[in-house]
Amino acid sequence: MSTEAIRLDGVEKSFGAVRALAGVDLVVAVGECLGLVGHNGAGKSTLMHVLAGALLPDAGRLTVGGAEPKAQWSAAASQAAGIRCVFQELSLCPNLSVAENARITHASLRGFGWKGRARALICAKLDEIFPGHRIAPDDEIAHLPIGQRQMVEIARAFTVTSAPLRLVILDEPTSSLDAVAAGQLLSYIRKETARGTAIILISHILGEVLATSDRIVVMKDGKQVAARPAQAFDRSSLMAAMGSDLKEVEARGDRRQSPKADSAVVVRASPQREGGGGELVVREGEIVGLAGLAGHGQTRLLLQIFAGQADIDRPVAFVAGDRQNEGVFNLWSIAENVTVASLRSLIQRGFINVAAEAKLARAWRERIGIRTSDMGRNILTLSGGNQQKVLFARALASDARIILMDDPMRGVDIGTKLEVYAMIRAEAAAGRSFLWYTTELDELTHCDKVYVFWNGKISDSIEAADFSEQRVLRASFAESGT
Amino acid sequence: MKGLLSRLLGQPWVGSFLAAGLVWLLAVVFAGGHGGGEILSSALAFATFTVIVGLGQMMVITTGPGNVDLSIPATMTLSGVIAMKLMDTESALILVGIAAAMGASFLVGVANYGLIRLLRIPPIIATLSSSFLVLSTAISIGRGLRIKPPAPLADFATARAFGVPFAAIAVAALAAIIGLTLKHTIYGRTVAAIGQNERAAWLAGLDVRRTRFATYVLSAMLAGLCGVLQSGFSGGSALNMGDDFLLASIAVVVIGGTSVAGGRGNVPGIWGAALFMYLLVTMLNIFGASPGVRLVMTGLIIIAVIAVAGSENPRRA
Repeated sequence: MSTEAIRLDGVEKSFGAVRALAGVDLVVAVGECLGLVGHNGAGKSTLMHVLAGALLPDAGRLTVGGAEPKAQWSAAASQAAGIRCVFQELSLCPNLSVAENARITHASLRGFGWKGRARALICAKLDEIFPGHRIAPDDEIAHLPIGQRQMVEIARAFTVTSAPLRLVILDEPTSSLDAVAAGQLLSYIRKETARGTAIILISHILGEVLATSDRIVVMKDGKQVAARPAQAFDRSSLMAAMGSDLKEVEARGDRRQSPKADSAVVVRASPQREGGGGELVVREGEIVGLAGLAGHGQTRLLLQIFAGQADIDRPVAFVAGDRQNEGVFNLWSIAENVTVASLRSLIQRGFINVAAEAKLARAWRERIGIRTSDMGRNILTLSGGNQQKVLFARALASDARIILMDDPMRGVDIGTKLEVYAMIRAEAAAGRSFLWYTTELDELTHCDKVYVFWNGKISDSIEAADFSEQRVLRASFAESGT
Repeated sequence: MKGLLSRLLGQPWVGSFLAAGLVWLLAVVFAGGHGGGEILSSALAFATFTVIVGLGQMMVITTGPGNVDLSIPATMTLSGVIAMKLMDTESALILVGIAAAMGASFLVGVANYGLIRLLRIPPIIATLSSSFLVLSTAISIGRGLRIKPPAPLADFATARAFGVPFAAIAVAALAAIIGLTLKHTIYGRTVAAIGQNERAAWLAGLDVRRTRFATYVLSAMLAGLCGVLQSGFSGGSALNMGDDFLLASIAVVVIGGTSVAGGRGNVPGIWGAALFMYLLVTMLNIFGASPGVRLVMTGLIIIAVIAVAGSENPRRA
């Protein structure tokens, strides 16, 4: 038996003039967790699609377990060779239940009682990876919040029936998971690799890659630019290998001037819950974080405020994190997607002024750095991170003074995040207020105040000066009472 | 120049005009090269009515999957009956009759939206069931009698200049206004946004409820307008005057390049499709096809258009 789970030699792939993979050599050993990092567009996802059999390489060689694959490489061949993928764009069927989705990848679950076996299979794996997950096997996927959908997708990838499990590729697996679920997944990865399964972990969250991987490969412009044991990297050397400016990262540490405590209150809201849910107060120019485990009432409070069921005295805008279901208008151009919340200001003599609309769209392309040559192109021509920038631009271009953000950084690379953080700070300094629900603890350090949610109510409120991750985690389980 | 031509050919409405032109040419050739102008003139006259209701149906369909107005024929009939009865062949009462007919149509639109919104009935059921109520009202008001339109109304509905009906010119202007509304007003953008993603539209701060309400009312009032004009054109109202318009109103929208799944409307295509539908029937008549064959052909063509339009990659809008 070979010690190599999978090996790539000189793999190339081009899309028209774009060279997505420019000769990649990659080896993943049996029982190894390989971290894979790089900016959006570095070629990570293309590489994973090649491994999954969804794309055929233009050149290069692929061996599985030390041998050339017998059949023509394809999605089915990849599956049969024991390769499983959890892609960033989730692949569950929304109209089917959790158990039925498990059946899709396990053709051997057939005959009388297949549903019962599918239920048992997926439940056991969910319990093993995410204890306390609160997902029932008969829940329809469409009704699950995005974090639980991601859990189901991950658990399904690790279930085993007839085909063996050789390599699992996790592409941004924690992007919609809260801190606890993410921690559960990372410790499960260690357990699974000890059993001999190889894992490729792709993530923009460098801390988890550093802590979980045995070895880290850095990709840039379709090539591998660095490969070292994880211990040989630290945050800054990893950033440097990816080609990011370290000074920008350090700028994160600068605490900005918090707004004065006597500035006007712009939002006063209470989570609607029996027995009272506590009260949230936002002042002009404040960045307020909403934390806690996913699905404990943060999004619900944002929607409640958006729907006007709270004391608000400024116009409000919403930045969706679930881009596909709540943000993007698929048939429209990038420009139309930006300007849709600002149309009132573009009206002249009863009609939308086309020239002013184009000018507004162009101005936001420059300000927020949307990477396209033509704002008239369809929105889906943009990468996910750039689509998210469009959603930010939509909210910031409007006349809203209060911006509600529903975990908006899913699948966004570090460079883009830093740009957006800087923009949020600048807008707050100019008097806009932000309510920011995030599943990433790091992002809470940008906030002037953090409210932690547990079971639908506010379990703690933390001023910036008293902020610590431990306190947030404690309050996430309602151990601290306020 | 070449770029302009290829851009023009890329427009989803061009196909319907090309098809209309082709069918017209076939009809004229088969008829021995005679009567081309007359065929076109009457095609314009009849297409005008289909276009009026098609515009309303297009706005409704553009608000997204499941949205359709099946009460158009009944609303046309009610409006025609009320208008003719109140006018009672008196020229002085024309405006009163039109006002009452439009008022009644407005109420039909309000009722449709009320059923959809308050009782949460799917639009297809809501508008179908309301059309029974509307048609019953029309029967009880009209008592099945055919009342002639006042002379000035009939004159306007049938008048032509150089073979082009006045009504067609007026409706072309109406279509232009609706096209402008769809693209360049907040209401129009909201219609298209709701059709693509209702939740995203709400979260972008657009007024979803008011827009859907306005759209069902608009569709009903356009149906009402069509009913009055049709009564003037064909010498009075009749209880079956809306029958042909149920399928036609949907067919011209679909053939005209509007997305059946919502989010993208197309105004010029409605004209092309309405002309095409009329000319197709004319051509089959000239060929001597029986009514059965005509219906089968119409059905097949609609299926073919939806199949072709549906296979288009929606990403390349």
